[in-house]
Amino acid sequence: MSQPVAQEKINKAPTSVPDRLFSSLSRASAVTILLVLSGVAFFLTIVGWSGMFGDIEGMSGSDNFLEYVGPLVFGTVYSATLALLIATPLAFAVALFISHYAPRRLAQTLGYVVDLLAAIPSVVFGIWGITVVAPLMSKNVYPWANDNLSFIPFFSGTASTSGRTMLTAGMVLAMMILPIITAISREVFLQTPRLHEEASLALGATKWEMIRQAVVPYGRSGVISGAMLGLGRALGETMAVAIILSPSDGYFWSILTNQNSNTIASNIALKFPEAYGLDVNRLIATGLVLFLLSFGVNMLARRVANSGFSGAAG
Amino acid sequence: MTATMSPPQSQVSSLTTGKMHRAIPFAICAFSVAVGVVAVYSIGGFKWGWMAIVGAHLYLLLVTIASRVIEDRRQATDRAMRTVMTIAFTTVTIPLISVFWKVIAEGASRFDRKFFTGGMRITPEDMLAQMEGAAVGGALHAMVGTLIITAIAGIISVPLGLLTAIYLVEYGKGKLASAVTRMVDVMTGIPSIVAGLFAYALFELFLGPGTRSGLSGGVALSLLMTPVVVRSSEEMLRLVPNELREASLALGVAKWRTILKVVLPTAIAGILTGITLAVARVIGETAPLLVTAGVAQDINLNPFSGRMTTLPVFSYYEYVQPGVPPETGIARAWGAALMLVMIVAVLFTAARIMSHVLKPKGLK
Amino acid sequence: MTANSEIDMPAQTAGITHSEVTSVEPAIAVNNLNIYYDKFLAVRDVTIEIAPRSITALIGPSGCGKSTFLRSLNRMHEVIPKAHVEGVVQLNGEDIYRPDVDPVTVRRRIGMVFQRPNPFPTMSIYENVLAGMRLNANRLSKPDADEIVEHSLTGANLWGEVKDRLDNPGSSLSGGQQQRLCIARAIAVEPEVLLMDEPCSALDPISTMAIEALMEQLKDQFTIVIVTHNMQQAARVSERTAFFNIDGPGQPGHIVEMDLTEKMFSNPQEKATSDYVTGRFG
Ligand SMILES: Nc1ncnc2c1ncn2[C@@H]1O[C@H](COP(=O)(O)OP(=O)(O)OP(=O)(O)O)[C@@H](O)[C@H]1O
Ligand SMILES: [Mg+2]
Repeated sequence: MSQPVAQEKINKAPTSVPDRLFSSLSRASAVTILLVLSGVAFFLTIVGWSGMFGDIEGMSGSDNFLEYVGPLVFGTVYSATLALLIATPLAFAVALFISHYAPRRLAQTLGYVVDLLAAIPSVVFGIWGITVVAPLMSKNVYPWANDNLSFIPFFSGTASTSGRTMLTAGMVLAMMILPIITAISREVFLQTPRLHEEASLALGATKWEMIRQAVVPYGRSGVISGAMLGLGRALGETMAVAIILSPSDGYFWSILTNQNSNTIASNIALKFPEAYGLDVNRLIATGLVLFLLSFGVNMLARRVANSGFSGAAG
Repeated sequence: MTATMSPPQSQVSSLTTGKMHRAIPFAICAFSVAVGVVAVYSIGGFKWGWMAIVGAHLYLLLVTIASRVIEDRRQATDRAMRTVMTIAFTTVTIPLISVFWKVIAEGASRFDRKFFTGGMRITPEDMLAQMEGAAVGGALHAMVGTLIITAIAGIISVPLGLLTAIYLVEYGKGKLASAVTRMVDVMTGIPSIVAGLFAYALFELFLGPGTRSGLSGGVALSLLMTPVVVRSSEEMLRLVPNELREASLALGVAKWRTILKVVLPTAIAGILTGITLAVARVIGETAPLLVTAGVAQDINLNPFSGRMTTLPVFSYYEYVQPGVPPETGIARAWGAALMLVMIVAVLFTAARIMSHVLKPKGLK
Repeated sequence: MTANSEIDMPAQTAGITHSEVTSVEPAIAVNNLNIYYDKFLAVRDVTIEIAPRSITALIGPSGCGKSTFLRSLNRMHEVIPKAHVEGVVQLNGEDIYRPDVDPVTVRRRIGMVFQRPNPFPTMSIYENVLAGMRLNANRLSKPDADEIVEHSLTGANLWGEVKDRLDNPGSSLSGGQQQRLCIARAIAVEPEVLLMDEPCSALDPISTMAIEALMEQLKDQFTIVIVTHNMQQAARVSERTAFFNIDGPGQPGHIVEMDLTEKMFSNPQEKATSDYVTGRFG
């Protein structure tokens, strides 16, 4: 073949003016989004800076920033983990139920119901949690758990009579993140290659055996990444915790008492409206910490999701 | 548990022997429920929750044992798991029903004229009436605020998100596109309160500390909404068959016209559905508005200055600071909550219907 | 000069046999065209001329670049990211790849019909026919529009079947009708050339015959280039046939020979051609 090698001619056409306008407009939007979104951390840092390193005299309390944010980080991670522990097995079962047990016809409606659960505003979950879940648990469950299980540190302390405990918050948070975990798990369960499923059934496996052999290995990474996204959601969930939890300052492991570490988001919601001066900056700085925390978890979730799907069968 | 084939249990078996009769699980179910009701009633009276819990677990136990005896271990596990899944699903629907029930039961009492016609500027006469237990105050200012702030968020997010989606699908191929995709991906998980803080920080830098306005609330919400709009629109645009673009281009139609007149109309059902869901998502947001728009007692029609209440924030404040006696405030909180849930449910259903009705007939 | 004056034929470049030259000015003249997908050379060194107001068939094994070549004739090729061409394609003597030529105008003059019928799902039959004008925001009076619709649908042999349901969506038609609708849509903008990429491969024999009959009619007005895998079809409808081949996987496709169809099927110059047309290929 004898072609001029150097001639790398891309056929660049003189696109018309409206064509160029429109493509520049859409590119400009993309650039705007990129800038604004990456500006989040930037602006939070600028305004939060003095909250992290500013004069403690100007703030309420005498903790330095690390001492201030430490218990909040603990409370955030603790409540989110609790929510995750409750929600994941439930979501797994619900997703399986919808994808493999419920009648086809019904499955769509059920999926819709679960999605609707995700759309309920968190403030509604919050006031529902404190008027329904909290009294229910503090009457029926907490005293019993406190009496019988207090040898386990998590159940020690004086059981709350109001029910405004870490466990209640965790349960309501679990309700709130359940839809996202369910939705993602359901999706991957439904994507299980029919061939795998039928191969398993053809060998005489029962439905559950088929699920264990074909569906679960295939969907595992999906469930995990769904759980991670749910965790990310739980970390940043504000109102339900702000309404339900009765917060104290410090680190608390017990989940049945009125003394609980607050979460970052809830702390901001409670203090921000009345805050002034450097306190505002400090709260914004804690917001930055929350941002980084959930950012990290989301990145991790994405990594799991991307690494998973193909090699799942192994 | 292994899934390898075990040899048939009995050599003379036809296809149905060794299988539990269909009526047996029903019988066990009835029995378990009865036991649950009786047992719980005799201990502590009518406690529906406990009855259900006892009944369900008893059923799980008995059906597994029965299957183990009549059938085999594998079938027993299968039945047990099926029961567990069903119980789990039921367990999840209970809170959902409870939420709706509670919100409707508590909120309906404040669906009166005052609620929809007045704000929270409470006169001394109102105070007295409130003391006597009358329903006082309204949420009109919050409804107006919700409308304005959501509209601002939509006005920012929809064009920005849609154009970005168009860029990603129709133009973007290089580094910028992948950077935007990744950023949007990450930002769908941003905690809503952080979005609020960002908007606050932004406005503080430009307008000085302590500014609260409807606009900054709208900006905060748009930060949450835009990634959702981008993602859903992008997905819908990608579903448009390439053949249609080519058909249009081959007719000598310019690319921008192809996008506006062929690609967008074909995807419009999905795009509108996505936008509606995005609105449903942000309309219930409380936290970001708490730190940006704040609360006010009166209708504020000016998004550029002054505090502006929205329904979720109104609901929150009325619940945590209900005034005296607390019942009236709490009733207002539930009223706003009911209103919100209704709005979200309507948006949600509208999105569903829209995706069915507007879909071009030729696309499957 | 008669059409089969193969003795004094000039083009014997790069191993390509051109046994036949058109008697009149070619509608499309292709000169040393190389077609790329990014770095991958898909079709190399095509030099052919396409006679006006006649049907030219492109045949060849799968993957040899027929579609690629066809799409490069109206600059649809470059719609694919990083795809580009080198060489010259002239439409009535004008290079369509000259840097100052807008591909949009090229496509208005060279229409295209695709393998799978693709009416616009958001538009009615009526609007589908007018799509070429409407999408370009050409204002049409109602009588004019009606006139064009009737004329184009008649031209596409579809008028009788759809005249009572012009407001139905285009996708409500059968596959064969949809394909004729796409042809009507393409001829409504009155192009000079009509490119068809396996227009019948998704259709049943009856619809195929309807489209072949239609092509027979259309060639009085349009220059038609058709890609087909169906030898009989090529033999039935076309005046001239070009045979494309590929030496092996990953190799560029190239044109082996082009001649009057009759000759290509009865007495081709190249052994590869006769192997292919007689089914002894591969
Ligand atoms: N979008 C594309 N990107 C990269 N390579 C492509 C693309 N489309 C086609 N090719 C390659 O170009 C070569 C020619 O493909 P083309 O579709 O033109 O063949 P064809 O002759 O039309 O085949 P068929 O008869 O199967 O339609 C093939 O090697 C194909 O893999
Ligand atoms: Mg082809």
